[in-house]
Amino acid sequence: MSDKEITKHFVVKSVYGALEEPRQWLLSQLRQYDYSENDIFAIHLALEEAFYNAIKHGNELNSDEKVRMDYVIQPEQVRILMTDEGPGFNPENVPDCRVGENLYKTEGRGILLMKSYMDEVRYNETGNSVEMIRYRHPDESLAPKEKVPKR
Amino acid sequence: MAEMNPRITVEYDDSATIVTLLDEKILEERDVRQLESSLISLIEEAKGLSLVLDFSNVKFMSSAVLGLLIKVSKRVYEHQGKLALCAISPKIYEIFKITRLTKIFDIYPDVQDAVTGLSEQ
Repeated sequence: MSDKEITKHFVVKSVYGALEEPRQWLLSQLRQYDYSENDIFAIHLALEEAFYNAIKHGNELNSDEKVRMDYVIQPEQVRILMTDEGPGFNPENVPDCRVGENLYKTEGRGILLMKSYMDEVRYNETGNSVEMIRYRHPDESLAPKEKVPKR
Repeated sequence: MAEMNPRITVEYDDSATIVTLLDEKILEERDVRQLESSLISLIEEAKGLSLVLDFSNVKFMSSAVLGLLIKVSKRVYEHQGKLALCAISPKIYEIFKITRLTKIFDIYPDVQDAVTGLSEQ
């Protein structure tokens, strides 16, 4: 297991499929750093959700617009910064997908999952950049229970 | 056993249609769309379908699949059918729990339980 920090960034088009290389790089590094399967699952899921939001909602699938991913991998934590070129949004205005009719909607669960599986999730003021951090967890710990309170 | 669009296999039991998802990781939008296409075709071919979705191969999926399942469930019910999910791994089940979708899907440990469960509905 490496005891050093590694950083890398990717800039990709806002198209489905563009995450392939950044995803594979990240997953291979997580294995090199000997992160548990639970940590890898959690970080991978948050990555997928954040990327989908960036290209679909942030950049509206405009392939001329880019998404930048900055990874910082350390022995005890993994940090991902995902930035799109869209106008941003207020994450506080996203309806709770677990409540009422929202439960039956086909979208809107990404942020909940990001917050449930990562230890820290922060948006910048504009709302077009999200920072996610997961600390190395003991092996049995996957997702905190009920981490995100229902509104 | 019929294989369709290399994403699923379909088996016909006396009382249910069992669809096994073949992919370990359901990641890309095109994968989800292909899966949707396969499932919707099945549903529209048969009114009153009792459909069991077997997740035993699935090790990773994003919330896009949850959205697909909601679409599929709506279509099943529109066609007077029934839907059950089964053999969901603990990690994947956690995603259903966190999003409270355990409240709207009937989830069983295995195919046999799912078939029995649907026949008793």
